[in-house]
Amino acid sequence: MTMAVVWTGMVVVSVLCGLATGRGDQVAAAAVEGAGAAVELCLSIGGMLCLWMGVMEVMRRSGLADGLSRLLSPVLGRLFPNAAGDRETMDCICANVSANLLGLGNAATPLGIQAAQRMSRGSSGRASDEMCMLVVCNTASIQLIPTTVATVRAAAGSQTPFDILPAVWLASSLSVGVGILACKLLARVWRN
Amino acid sequence: MQLFFTMVVPFTIAGVALYGLGRGVDVYDALAKGAGAGLEVLLRIFPALVGLMTAVAMLRASGALELAAGALAPLLDRLGLSAQLLPLMLVRPISGSAALGVGAELIQTYGPDSQLGRTAAVMLGSTETTFYTIAVYFGAIGITRTRYAVPAALCADLAGFLAAAWAVRICFP
Repeated sequence: MTMAVVWTGMVVVSVLCGLATGRGDQVAAAAVEGAGAAVELCLSIGGMLCLWMGVMEVMRRSGLADGLSRLLSPVLGRLFPNAAGDRETMDCICANVSANLLGLGNAATPLGIQAAQRMSRGSSGRASDEMCMLVVCNTASIQLIPTTVATVRAAAGSQTPFDILPAVWLASSLSVGVGILACKLLARVWRN
Repeated sequence: MQLFFTMVVPFTIAGVALYGLGRGVDVYDALAKGAGAGLEVLLRIFPALVGLMTAVAMLRASGALELAAGALAPLLDRLGLSAQLLPLMLVRPISGSAALGVGAELIQTYGPDSQLGRTAAVMLGSTETTFYTIAVYFGAIGITRTRYAVPAALCADLAGFLAAAWAVRICFP
């Protein structure tokens, strides 16, 4: 429902503001041209999007995520000390994080939910600290190669759509870092 | 360095294909299956894009964005953010396809290699659809008391937005 309110708000504000600023004709033109822009965007990113989905399927089938998962296991064990006691839960968390790193969103979510399910046994509707940590880690983007965004840049005429990679890595690490820190700090004060 | 970024795509494709073949995967079949799934993704985001791109185009034409930008510019300037990025930051935690539509519009309008276009791209690439993810996870396991998950995740989003603007300034002076 949130998007319904946001979208209606955008449209109503546009109409009111367009009338107030005397730009009603421009708003009217935009209203009939905007949908065309969506078709153009889909067509221009469609090819690359499908190609990347194909490459990701190859990654998934060749078990690239499993290798990464083993590498990450010791680090993640420190972040989830309770879950680390249960081999299967930890495997799910590692697989979830490595699938996220590789951009395999469709594979990451079921793995993460499986981990959360194992963590939630006997929790009676209350999120534990480690569940919060897992969810917050999943709400932050850690994808190593943000292919969709690069595709949009390429479609808009960028010659080097991937030159934003260092900036994305920097921003992602800071964002995840702050998320983890916020969890650690809030876990101390947010008792109930 | 320039060469590295030009070659990221071909290197990744070739590397993944070689690795897959080495592991005995029918690489071509996987590629085609995955690409087919890509079409489904495209079909799924298209309806949302139609609605969102229309709303954003109207909002831009009406002058409302300039008004909001003018009002919020002093605050956002202090944080190193351009007010044009405000709609993107507002929809990012709520809807993935909405954010893609708003972001793509910014990238096209200001140019993919402009400071603003790059910042929009980095914001999209370094954050996730927070509320959707929280709803999916806690919904699936029946958690009703989510405690500090939402505020902590929003802190991470805010940090991501500020860091995106900062990182673009550092990487593209």
